[in-house]
Amino acid sequence: MHLLEPRAEPSRTLQWAAPPLAILLMLLAGSLLFLVLGRNPVEAFRVFFIQPLESGYGWSELLLKAGPLILIAEGLAIGFRARIYNIGAEGQLIFGAICAGGVAIYAQGHEGHWTLPAMVLAGALGGLFWGAIPALLKTHFNAEETLTTLMLTYVANFLLSWLVHIPWRDPQGMNFPQSVMFSDAELFTPLFEGSRLNTSIGLAVVAVVVFQVLVRRSFLAYRLEVGGQAPTAARYAGFSQRATIWVSLCVSGMMAGLAGVGEVAGPIGQLNLNLSPGYGYAAIIVAYLGRLHPLGIVLSGLLMALLYLGGEAAQMTLQLPAAITGLFQGMLLFFLLGTDAFIDNRLRLPRRNA
Amino acid sequence: MASADLSVPAISSDLGVSPPAEPVSLAAASVVPAADRLQLIGITKRYHALVANDAISLSVAPGQIHAVLGENGAGKSTLMKIIYGAVRADAGEMLWNGRQVQVENPDVARRLGIGMVFQHFSLFETLTVVENIALVLGGRFDLAALAERVRKVSTQYGLSLDPLRRVHSLSVGERQRVEIVRCLLQDPQLLILDEPTSVLTPQAVQKLFQTLRQLAREGVSILYISHKLHEIQSLCDVATVIRAGRVTGHAIPREETPASLARMMIGRELPQCAVAPYLGVSRPLLEVNHLSLPAPDPFGTSLQDISLSVQAGEILGIAGISGNGQNELMAALSGELPCASEAVVLEGRAIGHLDPGARRDLGLGFVPEERLGRGAVPAMSLARNALLTAHRRGMVRLGLVNDGLAAAFARQVIARFGVKCSGEAAAARALSGGNLQKFIVGREMEQSPKVLLVSQPTWGVDVGAAAQLRQTLIDLSREGVAILVVSEELEELFEICDRIAVLAAGRLAAPQAKADCNAEQIGLRMAGPQAEAA
Amino acid sequence: MIDHLTPVLVGTLGAATPLVLAGLGELITERSGVMNLGVEGMMLIGAIAGFATGVGTDGNMTLGLLAGAGAGVLAASLFAVLALSLAANQAACGLALTIFGVGLSAFIGQSYVSHSLPGLQPYDVPGLSSIPFIGPVLFHQDPVVYLAFGLYVLVAWVLARTRLGLLLRAVGESPEAAHAIGYPVLLIRWCATLTGGAFAGLAGAYLSTVYTPLWVQNMTAGRGWISVALVVFATWKPTRLLLGACLFGGVTILQFQAQGLGLDVPVELLASLPYMATILVLVLISRDRSLLLLNLPASLGRPFLPGR
Repeated sequence: MHLLEPRAEPSRTLQWAAPPLAILLMLLAGSLLFLVLGRNPVEAFRVFFIQPLESGYGWSELLLKAGPLILIAEGLAIGFRARIYNIGAEGQLIFGAICAGGVAIYAQGHEGHWTLPAMVLAGALGGLFWGAIPALLKTHFNAEETLTTLMLTYVANFLLSWLVHIPWRDPQGMNFPQSVMFSDAELFTPLFEGSRLNTSIGLAVVAVVVFQVLVRRSFLAYRLEVGGQAPTAARYAGFSQRATIWVSLCVSGMMAGLAGVGEVAGPIGQLNLNLSPGYGYAAIIVAYLGRLHPLGIVLSGLLMALLYLGGEAAQMTLQLPAAITGLFQGMLLFFLLGTDAFIDNRLRLPRRNA
Repeated sequence: MASADLSVPAISSDLGVSPPAEPVSLAAASVVPAADRLQLIGITKRYHALVANDAISLSVAPGQIHAVLGENGAGKSTLMKIIYGAVRADAGEMLWNGRQVQVENPDVARRLGIGMVFQHFSLFETLTVVENIALVLGGRFDLAALAERVRKVSTQYGLSLDPLRRVHSLSVGERQRVEIVRCLLQDPQLLILDEPTSVLTPQAVQKLFQTLRQLAREGVSILYISHKLHEIQSLCDVATVIRAGRVTGHAIPREETPASLARMMIGRELPQCAVAPYLGVSRPLLEVNHLSLPAPDPFGTSLQDISLSVQAGEILGIAGISGNGQNELMAALSGELPCASEAVVLEGRAIGHLDPGARRDLGLGFVPEERLGRGAVPAMSLARNALLTAHRRGMVRLGLVNDGLAAAFARQVIARFGVKCSGEAAAARALSGGNLQKFIVGREMEQSPKVLLVSQPTWGVDVGAAAQLRQTLIDLSREGVAILVVSEELEELFEICDRIAVLAAGRLAAPQAKADCNAEQIGLRMAGPQAEAA
Repeated sequence: MIDHLTPVLVGTLGAATPLVLAGLGELITERSGVMNLGVEGMMLIGAIAGFATGVGTDGNMTLGLLAGAGAGVLAASLFAVLALSLAANQAACGLALTIFGVGLSAFIGQSYVSHSLPGLQPYDVPGLSSIPFIGPVLFHQDPVVYLAFGLYVLVAWVLARTRLGLLLRAVGESPEAAHAIGYPVLLIRWCATLTGGAFAGLAGAYLSTVYTPLWVQNMTAGRGWISVALVVFATWKPTRLLLGACLFGGVTILQFQAQGLGLDVPVELLASLPYMATILVLVLISRDRSLLLLNLPASLGRPFLPGR
């Protein structure tokens, strides 16, 4: 039953080798799955992991999907370092999108250069607000943020559903639950002809740089990390626990809100019920797989985006449900947590003399 | 670490030969068995590079009170856990009443008749006394009947207990009684006590010794683990001395002197502190005025009307048994628990409302009792841990950390206080208790505090490091710093303090000059107001 | 008045049943000191396993429910390997289980989207079901409702009155102390976690085979998370859990009733009531820190590795 015994020193090799190892294990488990489903694993892997990247368009789609994942994961990682578990980034994304979408809808007819920046601001503040609610509930009422952030995701979904069904429904939309399409001034500019990739990817690039400096050099990040690793040491040093909670949830909420803007003012171009294919949840895995490290998150974000593309390709080419992406995501996190256990521990060997 | 001693061969006289002296108490035992009750031969246990037990052999006769003497970290606790089956030895044999046995787990040990009273109690706070006891006893699950048995046994041995109370409402001494009664209900033939007196007043220690002697007369063997020389001399028939995992001698404590026992235990004389007089101006630096505070959590103690003052150049000691408000008092002084602004005054300035950071800015240093997790972040390097409180010494500019300065500060502390480690990049958790304590004390001292709060300065620290730490505190106070020390060890307080006050049940008795008080009086006060009146 | 109330109360017990089951399971798990946030995932896995078995056996509901519970145990064992035997972060493992469960159930469920099952007929308890008002509410329910309430009695009794319950509480408070006096902490935690999985799997299967006997993706709709919140609300006490679950069952049913009555309230607002109510009860119960501290299994969420 006990599989482990502690190592004298944490393994430095495994610290960086665990994510690639987890990916490898996921691929192995994936091959088994494909075999069980009666597909040729080699062919399936080609469809899943190579085919999406065989064209320039494929690469642009990869970046398009990696953008929001990286944005959200950078924010979540700040909180996870402080052991504040915001698992409702999906809701913060939706609320940020609602706020940005609201600006776009009310600006219709008199939009200008100010509109897109205003949408970005509204989205960021919206996400921040949706993250601030659980922060308030935790600092003032001691309510678990895991549960409140998640419940608020359901609430945000219902709010969105109401908005696109009733007040913001496109009158010309044949009764579909969706808003009007946004005008060009309300959308990020595409980077290439014929590609959906747009200037919002700049947000992710800036975020990576800012978070890199923040995490590596700032005293704020140090305080958050102490708060996460040893809460009593943080109290002893006089680092405020409340500040940790507020910063973690507001920053991660804001980043998720920004990702929401990128979606509605990007590939979607309106408010509808399919704003996010679970980016808010997938970003949790991205953050862990990237070692909560700002640059690591870039790599893991790209991989996760590839899983989304692969899922779509598998649906089209192999007639497998697209939900296979979720299955791979879950396995990936399982294997990562499993391999991580061996950083501080090693396998217990059977006793020689019993 | 012991590479120089590797060539020393195993001493043959250690191998299972019981001490020559016939224990006095054996005469009272009804049956005289042929074999020793417990015999250990060549017990060895390694943790990675560290050899905790190196071919340890000893034997305990029926009805004998056998001391295992050694300082912190000598390997006593590991040895006891091996006997009790909580840890498995890498090599060696154990004979029980002459028969070889494998103690796979504590359950096996209990069925053999081995009982253990743990140093850090193995009781469940939210359960009642009788529920705690039921967990180690087999048989029918009938709490009412068991409560009756608990009452009977506890009266028989003078260990009064209410079986229906929840453990979190018991004093530390009462909890120890629960552990002892729990063992007694299993009719033990061998009782192991691991540092049992660290939580008791001197009077309670005498009562415990009476109980143990009564048990020995009834034929129960007792293994008594301690590093307190005078206790072993007054209680034990024979002693096995352990240093750095090896047996360094067998002795009959009554025939030895504390100095000769100490030599066996640490390999040299007990170091003494040099106390110089303070020559500067005496003025109050820290004052506490009528500090009252409700308990911060349901298992805590509330503070009631505490007043004291600490002068420049003196060390004030707070004696008392843990759990009487020590943690709450230190948290209120350090700022971890905010209180009324006027209740805590630093150099004439009311600071009760300030948080720990703001108090440190004004010159208040604090060394907490928990080193890992409070005084230091276990997985972080010493350089990062320097940042924890010393960041205010110019290590942070515009919100960014200057790692070079933090590392330099850590190196300075390591060099000045003789911290044994691989350098400032070493993780805090890789240091021994004594060395980490030196680092934390050093970190606080290097920031030139005006007032230093120190909680349990030498808990779990080896004798050499403890002496160094005590001397450091004395020297610091003589430079004009006001120091407040909370400690469970009365001897320590008598060694380093100028005045001593007693904290009991959240109330503080007025401090007295060291010369005016004795251990007897202080012990009475530690037991609380009721005991003092009686 | 009573005529209107009866269907509400009848529905309340049915709606409460999955919460009672999953909540009791999580309560057992948490009492041993293990926080499994994967209840939602285990319910979904149980739901699809139960549904697929039900379809595959031409509507054998007993087999469907059993398969759900079994699948819940398997799902919980994934969690247990990581969070217990490998001592990984429990919150992250629970989350991984939920993500995995959502993915797996959607993946398998794809081919069951158009299927439906016959469900279970209410069973009248002889003699008792004819009592006016009380009879139809309490004794005209499907067998799983009776089972859930029976399990409540069993769990409450075991926790309060038996050595096993005492042991579970002890391990949850201090695994170190339990280990020191010789109990196999990991084994006990494994058993508690698997039991929690069985309960959650059964709850999921009840949803998919009895409560709304057709397959919808993500059909648990956050009930797993609400169950986790209910355990906190219940301060880890079975009776309070039962009351909390009935309260939530009531909120769910009222929402349908209000929709049926044609009140001029947005459907979405009504539908989000259970989630907002969850936040509200969490806030109400958590603000009293000492109440939580006195009842919380002290080692909750903390991994235990025997050794040094």
